[in-house]
Amino acid sequence: MNSAPASSPALELRGIDKRFGTVHANRRISLTIARGSIHGLIGENGAGKSTLMNIVYGFYPADAGEILVGGRRVDVGSPQDAIAAGIDMVHQHFMLVENFTVLENIVLGAEGGWQLAAGLARARARLEALARDYGLEVPLDAVVSTLPVGLQQRVEILKALHRGAEILILDEPTAVLTPQEADQLFRLLGRLRDQGKTVILVTHKLREIMAVTDRVTVMRQGSIVAEVATRDTSPRDLAEKMVGRAVLLRVEKGPARPGEVVLAARGLEVRDRRQVARLKNVSFQLRAGEIVGIAGVAGNGQSELLAALAGTLAPSRGEIELAGHELVRERLDARARRALGLAHVPEDRLHDGMIGGFAAEDNAILGYHDRAAYNRGALQDRRAITADCERKMTGYDVRPPRPRLPLASFSGGNQQKLVLAREIEAAPRVLLVGQPTRGVDIGAIEFIHRRLVALRDAGCAVLVVSVELDEILGLADRILVMAGGEVIGEVPRAEATEERLGLMMAGVRGEGAA
Amino acid sequence: MTEPGRLPKWVDYGLLPALNLLAALLLAGGIIRLMGESPVAALKLLADGAGGSPESIGYTLYYATNFIFTGLAVAVAYHAGLFNIGAEGQAYIGGLGTGLVCLAVGHWPFWIVLPLAILAGAAGGAAWAFVPAWLQARRGSHIVITTIMFNFIASALMTYLLVNVLIRPGQQSPETREFAAASFMPVLPFFGAPLNLAFVVALGVAALVWIFIWRTRWGYAWRVAGANPSAAVYAGIHPDRVTLGAMLLSGALAGLLGLNELMGAQHRILLDFPGGAGFVGIAVALMGRNHPVGIVASAILFGALVQGGSQLSFDMPRVNRDMVVVIQGLVILFCGALEHMFRAPLVAWYRRRLEQSNPQSAIRNPQS
Repeated sequence: MNSAPASSPALELRGIDKRFGTVHANRRISLTIARGSIHGLIGENGAGKSTLMNIVYGFYPADAGEILVGGRRVDVGSPQDAIAAGIDMVHQHFMLVENFTVLENIVLGAEGGWQLAAGLARARARLEALARDYGLEVPLDAVVSTLPVGLQQRVEILKALHRGAEILILDEPTAVLTPQEADQLFRLLGRLRDQGKTVILVTHKLREIMAVTDRVTVMRQGSIVAEVATRDTSPRDLAEKMVGRAVLLRVEKGPARPGEVVLAARGLEVRDRRQVARLKNVSFQLRAGEIVGIAGVAGNGQSELLAALAGTLAPSRGEIELAGHELVRERLDARARRALGLAHVPEDRLHDGMIGGFAAEDNAILGYHDRAAYNRGALQDRRAITADCERKMTGYDVRPPRPRLPLASFSGGNQQKLVLAREIEAAPRVLLVGQPTRGVDIGAIEFIHRRLVALRDAGCAVLVVSVELDEILGLADRILVMAGGEVIGEVPRAEATEERLGLMMAGVRGEGAA
Repeated sequence: MTEPGRLPKWVDYGLLPALNLLAALLLAGGIIRLMGESPVAALKLLADGAGGSPESIGYTLYYATNFIFTGLAVAVAYHAGLFNIGAEGQAYIGGLGTGLVCLAVGHWPFWIVLPLAILAGAAGGAAWAFVPAWLQARRGSHIVITTIMFNFIASALMTYLLVNVLIRPGQQSPETREFAAASFMPVLPFFGAPLNLAFVVALGVAALVWIFIWRTRWGYAWRVAGANPSAAVYAGIHPDRVTLGAMLLSGALAGLLGLNELMGAQHRILLDFPGGAGFVGIAVALMGRNHPVGIVASAILFGALVQGGSQLSFDMPRVNRDMVVVIQGLVILFCGALEHMFRAPLVAWYRRRLEQSNPQSAIRNPQS
């Protein structure tokens, strides 16, 4: 530690060790975080960074090691202990009561006595002071569910400060934000640091680390592999340390040669159970040999669009044309659509695209299990199914290449490669891909992107939905931006910039954003 | 966050059930001790009564036959993600079908009567399972609730039919006349009555169920729908159709119980002939891990408990019939409800052993 040797560090971890079953999630982690700094914690999925932070926040006990706050050893047995020690955490999924006001949410659990009104009044005075000090304006009397996501996140931060947090852990805070909202968050974090708070930023996005942190710790396979001052490193350097080898951060591809229209959506509308329109009047066309990207903040109708196209959700209005068929009018289900050449890699792989308890080979035929190649009369052709899975595992570098292993015991990247192999090897006309690299390590991301580009070059129409703007910008030839359930504009790749897409994602119409 | 922990098959299917059974027997032994009898003597009587002679083995297997049918019924529904508590009622109504065939055409050649009786039994059980299945698939009424209620309806219906319609004229007891002798299930040689051909039929059906569930695309689709309904929709499998299909097959399997109980032993339709086999089937399926081989094995175990238990209560007056039910209940408790009690320690023990022999294996499952 080169900064402020006089004062003790805000947080020190000594030899933290944690196992889950056979998984060694944290290996004797020792880490020192300086007071009044923004410290980045970066690593691939499964590197152990969330586990480490959950130990600090008292969610899990560590198997070994100790935690020191401000130089004093603390016993963090529960989140209450952590909060008492001045450690607080803003989770990726907010912990707010949606139909309470901001003030009620912040006071929740710290009402201070049985008279609610008195507690609320005291809290209000304090919060107004806090908001002034940190530039954290939040309408205290607004109901949380009416606030945009960016403001809800501020409520979480304000709640933490109100509870006396000195050390604030943010777990993937930008996953639900537009780029502009993310910038606002980073400015806020800067102000917190300047006021002497300590911030730990857990993320897998290199850009964010470079933009806001003072120091960064890189984790890989449960261990710390590097700790550097941010100004002494580069995204490429960090990526290599995360993966353990040189990586390509950019997708390499030639220009697209779009052919005929293969899929057309007209006026699609999807309503949820409460009859609220989640998808409003969406129309677009997909051509052979192009990758169309759908950009948007999570929860703006992309999932409903994918589901409506794939046939797992019935639209209340509109039509989808594919290979001379009207899919909605003819009530073609997912299976019938597959037969017409529509393949689908779902957004939520674990939930929709596979069965974790089934062997890999049984997952490799899901959706195609009726095909003649996998059956001999009434019986399944188990030998063909195994051979088919072996072939896919070799072709897509799925490790370990053992078809009989339950899919749940493969890593996220390998699961995704197998799902991708299943859908691509069916030689589709149209491939729908949701979050192609969610929960996938950097090494596999490269591979998956290359495969998608190769599929495009082979004449398939590819629709990619991703909340990772970098991924959309890297892959797509044409970008549709969704906000509030609508396609708010279309941007050719050449004209797309992060700023312009960000504005559109926030709901500003295409023309205005140009 | 703790991962399930995988055990080798011999532990999962051999050691674990054996430990559960042992725990149940130890506790039962303790109770027998408290009653002032010798647990060792009681166990000897139980074992002797269940398997000490060809005749007692025959009885054990005869009881087991009922449990195989109902156990398979529960297992088939389970693989499709359904908990069928209604095997009792389905067996009851299925038996009505079998019995009616025997009453109507029982004098025909046996090899014509048998397929008819099988079909009628399966149809009766399937019909009784259809209504709850339809309510679940189309209306979302929970199948656990509806199948339980259908057991009572079946019971009331059968009482009505036997008391008012099917009763043999001029007698007090609510049962039909005896079937024509030509329709009696052939008794298996060596063991003697009541063990009959239905046991062989049950083994054949178990094999067919295995093939259907694990070796056909339909069984595959059912298992997908049972394990992950949203993945099923994604794959173009319709969960409501699976619910209907799986419950029809489940009911049909339970409906075959009459082959053994009526055609094989009682030779008439009488009140409450399933005698709780539908409920024992739940325990049998649980203990047999919903696999036909396991089901046959655990059905034989429960058959042995029934047969050995009745011998026990006969020879040891202080251990009455209710005590035998207690022992069965303990076995169900330990093998069903507390199935995983010894699992966690076994997983830990096995992992330690694995790590000692091969330290590398500790990291063979990288997270996520």
